[in-house]
Amino acid sequence: MSAYRPSQLVRGAALAVAVLVLSACERPPIEYVQSGYRGTAMGQVYNPRHLATQADVNVAPAALPPAGEGTPAAKTIYQNVPVLGDLSAAEFTRLMVAITGWVAPESEGCGYCHNLANLASDEKYTKVVSRRMIQMTQYINATWKQHVASSGNPGAGVTCHTCHRGKQVPANVWVAERPPGPQGGSLGNRVGQNNPVRAVAWSTLPQDAFTPYFLGTGESIRVAATTALPTGYVDTLNRTEKTYGLMMHMSDGLGVNCTFCHNSRNFGDWENSTPQRVTAWHGIRMVREINNGYLAPLASALPTHRKGPLGDAPKANCATCHQGAYKPLYGTPVLADYATALGGAPPATAAAALRKGGRS
Amino acid sequence: MAMLSFEKKYRVRGGTLVGGDLFDFWVGPFYVGFFGVTTIFFSFVGTALIVWGASQGPTWNLWQINIAPPDIKYGLGLAPLKAGGLWQIITICALGAFVSWLLREVEICRKLGIGFHVPFAYGMAVFAYFTLVVIRPVLMGAWGHGFPYGILSHLDWVSNTGYQYLHFHYNPAHMLAITFFFTTTLALALHGSLILGAANPGKGEVVKGAEHENTFFRDAIGYSIGALGIHRLGYFLALSAGFWSAVCIVLSGPFWTRGWPEWWTWWLNLPVWR
Repeated sequence: MSAYRPSQLVRGAALAVAVLVLSACERPPIEYVQSGYRGTAMGQVYNPRHLATQADVNVAPAALPPAGEGTPAAKTIYQNVPVLGDLSAAEFTRLMVAITGWVAPESEGCGYCHNLANLASDEKYTKVVSRRMIQMTQYINATWKQHVASSGNPGAGVTCHTCHRGKQVPANVWVAERPPGPQGGSLGNRVGQNNPVRAVAWSTLPQDAFTPYFLGTGESIRVAATTALPTGYVDTLNRTEKTYGLMMHMSDGLGVNCTFCHNSRNFGDWENSTPQRVTAWHGIRMVREINNGYLAPLASALPTHRKGPLGDAPKANCATCHQGAYKPLYGTPVLADYATALGGAPPATAAAALRKGGRS
Repeated sequence: MAMLSFEKKYRVRGGTLVGGDLFDFWVGPFYVGFFGVTTIFFSFVGTALIVWGASQGPTWNLWQINIAPPDIKYGLGLAPLKAGGLWQIITICALGAFVSWLLREVEICRKLGIGFHVPFAYGMAVFAYFTLVVIRPVLMGAWGHGFPYGILSHLDWVSNTGYQYLHFHYNPAHMLAITFFFTTTLALALHGSLILGAANPGKGEVVKGAEHENTFFRDAIGYSIGALGIHRLGYFLALSAGFWSAVCIVLSGPFWTRGWPEWWTWWLNLPVWR
């Protein structure tokens, strides 16, 4: 038998590969949050080192001091305040200061939206957009309590900061993208998948996880068979993978795994699912509503550099608010300090504001 | 029980690891040994506890009987008997029985003067089980990370554990394990069909030997690994499958907490094309 010895080169290469592969991993200890009966493996697996960095970027800013009482309504003092005119002038000013901190703290301040010589002017597109965004925030807080004020933390709500976090454009928004690879022929056409992007948590699943579900009428994501045998089952593998792609986004956006909502023994069965799935169900509809009613129509108001390569406005998905946390800002009740301004008008007023905003 | 004519030559004294001559005897065709006794003991106690556990559960349906591990909150401590403690004792019994059987195989190898291939192969299966119910739970900090003992319940555990990492097919060690499992079955199918073909010749023909077997595969795929080689290959493939299975689950949790597709971002982020 000949004595075979790997050369130094092979050993070196093997060592390099091993170091590379292992350095891509994490290490114990881990943290685990059990959510199901023991032994069902329903639970969240976390790396506490990652959580620590996550926690730092998910802190709500301190609220401004409450507004003074007894000031007249803003509309009696300021011009061109159709949405916030009924607020007291003090509350109105307080909100303006807060928004500056939430959205444009490092740029022009008030001048990011306002012509400083004429605050009432709508000449800057940012002012038109922010008015619409205030309406959207009110609409979410008033109409989507099932999602933003879900069980366990009633009244958490959302403010501009929930998405913006001090940035003019929220870090997690989506626009329509050109599909990867050449289009048309079969050679090299990746038919919209096999492209590792964050939208589908770096999987090969169809990469546009948003357009089918978060815009327009919204496709159904129910692809699980309801019978043991494939009798009369009509859904396609492609539709199943698209659903899987959306679910990858939801998991990545919330920093949770599939068992946060589902027991994988039967994904579609509500009896086997966790309460979080109900919240998520409302969330999908909420995102679709605000994209259809508020964000997509902004394309006409936005300058080209704020739009996507195909000319559409940036839109919301789960990560826009959640930013990797199972609840945005870990459920900090951010609305409480701004409920008067952003808590939302009564439904009738909200609907009127919506119509006025030109929702199709 | 009557002894077969050639059986005498396998009944060799000695080679025991513990107990000396005390348990060095046969019952019928079966060697007993110290580890035979411990195997019987642990198997009986463990099985009896499973039956008792089933009697305390909601069903006697064989598919649905479930002996679940403790809640995570008990960490690496002992849990109350009916809240996972039973699972802990049964796990000790199972490991006791499996390791006893392994050592009994070692004793038989020593008696016969053969290599330890059989106990080593069996040891890989035991190692995979040990990884699931001891190594990984210890690394994750709670016995509750072990899998439940039940026909359907352990499948649910496997499924949910996979989906805790979003898409388990992206687990690199799982890829290797699956590939080895499939290749094992392919090799077994090729080998088994070859042996059946050689041993069942057409009417009036004699049973075929190694030359025919080698010639068949040299014609079919250009190479024949040979009568001894196929068993070495099968051994390697099967043990690799078990080994990488153990690796793929011990990575998931202790060494990776997020979706497995994300793990591959190390490739996307290589300085060459980042």
